Amino acid sequence: MAMAALRREGRRFAPLISPRPITAFRSSPLAPTREDEGPIGVRYISTQVVRNRMKSVKNIQKITKAMKMVAASKLRAIQTKAENSRGLWQPFTALLGDTPSVDVKKNVIVTVSSDKGLCGGINSTSVKISKALHKLNSGPENETKYVILGEKAKAQLVRDSKKYIELIITELQKNPLSYTQVSVLADDILKNVEFDALRIVFNKFHSVVSFLPTVSTVLSPEIVEREAEAGGKLGDLDSYEIEGGETKGEILQNLTEFQFSCVMFNAVLENACSEQGARMSAMDSSSRNAGDMLDRLTLTYNRTRQASITTELIEIISGASALEG
Amino acid sequence: MLRRASGLLARPILAARARPFSTDLPAAQTADATFVEAWKKVIPNMDPPKTPLSFMQPRPPTPSSIPSKLTVNFVLPYASELATKEVDMVIVPATTGQMGVLPGHVATIAELKPGVLSVHEGNEVTKYFISSGFAFIHANSFADVIAVEAVPLDRIDASLVQKGLAEFTQKLSSATTDLEKAEAQIGIDVHSALNSTLTG
Repeated sequence: MAMAALRREGRRFAPLISPRPITAFRSSPLAPTREDEGPIGVRYISTQVVRNRMKSVKNIQKITKAMKMVAASKLRAIQTKAENSRGLWQPFTALLGDTPSVDVKKNVIVTVSSDKGLCGGINSTSVKISKALHKLNSGPENETKYVILGEKAKAQLVRDSKKYIELIITELQKNPLSYTQVSVLADDILKNVEFDALRIVFNKFHSVVSFLPTVSTVLSPEIVEREAEAGGKLGDLDSYEIEGGETKGEILQNLTEFQFSCVMFNAVLENACSEQGARMSAMDSSSRNAGDMLDRLTLTYNRTRQASITTELIEIISGASALEG
Repeated sequence: MLRRASGLLARPILAARARPFSTDLPAAQTADATFVEAWKKVIPNMDPPKTPLSFMQPRPPTPSSIPSKLTVNFVLPYASELATKEVDMVIVPATTGQMGVLPGHVATIAELKPGVLSVHEGNEVTKYFISSGFAFIHANSFADVIAVEAVPLDRIDASLVQKGLAEFTQKLSSATTDLEKAEAQIGIDVHSALNSTLTG
């Protein structure tokens, strides 16, 4: 709603942002006149225009201030959640390692983004990183697909990578984020998408003004087994005894699925947190900008008013002195 | 003066002893080097993204002798109940049966079933009822327990457990589809595990 209002306001004063300076303008009957400068013979610009624009800038400032407040309160709630969920993925990384450089046939890039805009550069950052990963991992033998979370990444990726998009999920943040919801979503992705490696791209919350684009990698059970046999980073995995389940493959399957849901949960929360932080700072700077603009406009308005008063005074005085002399 | 001299002589030895401490730690594990290199080759104008490893505390290598304490991480989606806490023993409810973990336990991956996780620290015993999850025991006497839901035992209402058990038993008998049956079976499993821990 706020965005629509902003757009409306923008449209309203767009024609006013013209290169024409708003200063005291003495129109002679010969000079070409414009509509909003008053009829021929009026000796100063109407202050009406400036007053209208001041009003709209003030309204925009109110809206952005309110949005900043809303983002700040949402941020506080989600920040504790995100920080509490940070322990969740660490055991998996300790066990299965961190393998962004793994070379597999079917790559799936899960791009986490927000549903709403006006939050700085977080969505374009994750889209850029996803595209770069796509470039990095596609070759004659490898194929890379996208799974998109959120409206904004969808809008950007549909434009030029439509044929690589496998699945789009939006309106994730309608309800407060919970583990149950995210695990249903993870299940959805696991069922519908074939993969050897999932690469989850999200913005990790660092502070209100900074976020770090991050890539987490989740491997499929077959690849985990292959890598463990090949040694390298996952070589330790073979030394672990496995309890429960009938086969090792079954346990690995459960393990990687659980890992994916846990990593996704953290990724979604971190991204939501970065979104609110970025929105807060974007709205803060735009309300500051509106304030600056308002100051400038007030100055122009007062100057115009004063100029017209001075002109009138001069006319009266010179008229009087002409009569006297 | 001679007293000073002995001090000066002692200093290099101290310095030499102090140095290993700073280099002792493995160099901070940051990003995957091959990944960063490949990234720089393909996308030179952008910084490579971070990877989870760079946000993690590096785990110590396996010590040669068995340490006296077990380091436990017990995490839930909404909280880290125990974070690198040193305890004497934990007992985890693995699907194959209760499993006691002491320092120096062999490296294991265990799937967990609904049951009681107890953490022994000196004379103190903390008991949690956990729904399900995984436990990883590493060779360096680190144990990670991940559960979807956990509650301390004293916060469970016994009468509600009985009620829930009855409800799910009835559901199982009236279930028609496989999905309903499976759901009811899960309910019964959880409630009977709860019941047996509370009564027994």
